[in-house]
Amino acid sequence: MLLRSALTIAAKDLRSELRTKEALNASLAFSIVILVLFSFAFDPGSEEIMEFSGGLLWLVYSFAGALVLNRSFAREKDNDCLDALVSSPAPIGALFLGKALANWALLLAVELVSLAAFGLFYNVRFIAQFWPILMVMALATWAMTVIGTMFSALTVNLRLRELMLPILVYPFLIPALMAAMLLTTDLLAGMSIWGNDSIWVRVLVAFDFVFTALAVVFIDVVLVG
Amino acid sequence: MRDRLVYLLAAVAAGLLMWNIYKIFMVLPVEANVGAYKIVYFHVPAAFTAFSGFFVALAASALFLATGDLKYDSFAAGVTEVALAFATVNLVTGSIWGRFAWGIWWTWDARLTSMLTCWLMYAGYMMLRRAIEEPTQRARLSAVLSIFGCVNVGFVYKSIEWYRTQHPSPVLSIREGGGMGPGMEAPIYWNWLAFACFATVLIMVRMRQEQVSREIDSLRREAHAF
Repeated sequence: MLLRSALTIAAKDLRSELRTKEALNASLAFSIVILVLFSFAFDPGSEEIMEFSGGLLWLVYSFAGALVLNRSFAREKDNDCLDALVSSPAPIGALFLGKALANWALLLAVELVSLAAFGLFYNVRFIAQFWPILMVMALATWAMTVIGTMFSALTVNLRLRELMLPILVYPFLIPALMAAMLLTTDLLAGMSIWGNDSIWVRVLVAFDFVFTALAVVFIDVVLVG
Repeated sequence: MRDRLVYLLAAVAAGLLMWNIYKIFMVLPVEANVGAYKIVYFHVPAAFTAFSGFFVALAASALFLATGDLKYDSFAAGVTEVALAFATVNLVTGSIWGRFAWGIWWTWDARLTSMLTCWLMYAGYMMLRRAIEEPTQRARLSAVLSIFGCVNVGFVYKSIEWYRTQHPSPVLSIREGGGMGPGMEAPIYWNWLAFACFATVLIMVRMRQEQVSREIDSLRREAHAF
């Protein structure tokens, strides 16, 4: 029941997003702009780019993510759609999971495009390590969407919604983003993540697990009271 | 009754602080090679007080969610504010010490980074409280944020510790590899007690302020209703 309702809500969110492409286009354009801006921040042709490529990528992802996540609950405000969703027979946990899944899919899509753009612009080769990178992206993006979707619900009724969300989300994401940056940098440098780095994979998994559980428990308090 | 308790605790805190300051500056030896090491007697207790505050705020937030009593919410708000102030004391004293010991005001060492991250997280909590006007909604949302924050403190602390460490290795004997000279460690705990008393006084004053402001709010609403 929970899973099926969650998938229905995720499908609804994805469908409406793919039809309007509001958040998708904005965050894609935004991430490309940041990638271009980075070329002025340092010498784009230099070798040292490998050393902080993971950090750059995840900065782009987290900025682009804020745009998608801001819309997640805010789009349900018009016509009181949020009230309708809350009063529907679907459990509130499913509402949260569905929204998080939709955000996750959208963000992953944006991230894949910007990863390709990044490789192209900065001559970074990632194809050899594509699958491990995708795994890190999937795990860390889930961390981003769980915290982001939860706080998007938390701030949906606030006057200063757009301002509050990034202030709350970024400090919370530091452990997950740090792990993701480290793993991605090592992967792009051609190293394996199963040696010394495996602790960071575990940090990501634990972060995902703990905060998903907390969010599913507390979303009820946030949206219903 | 409550007023008397506040005054009593304030007196205890003041007495303890004076006694500690006397011991720290007059009795303990001056060690030239460790620089301004005596700041540690304020730096470490401030961190302890801050982290205890965050945990107490977690408990108060959980109690609010369980009972719906706004008393616990004002307690959580007060505790978090005071803990944030002590976290600031910790950061500032640490920065001053770093200038003496390492020659720099700031370095991205593990514990500095994690304290700053926690500071930012709880500053977000304070900003969220400011942004919501309706008292029960504010209480509900900030309680959830406080619980998330406290859980995240564990993640922040451990992961940043694995990431980088430059901070002096464990100072206290409660952790492996720690331990100071004989008689050097006790003032840290005594000062923690003094700080905790002082923090409790601040929290009690803050709670009453919150309560009064809620009363004024409801009176104002009543006045508007007529």
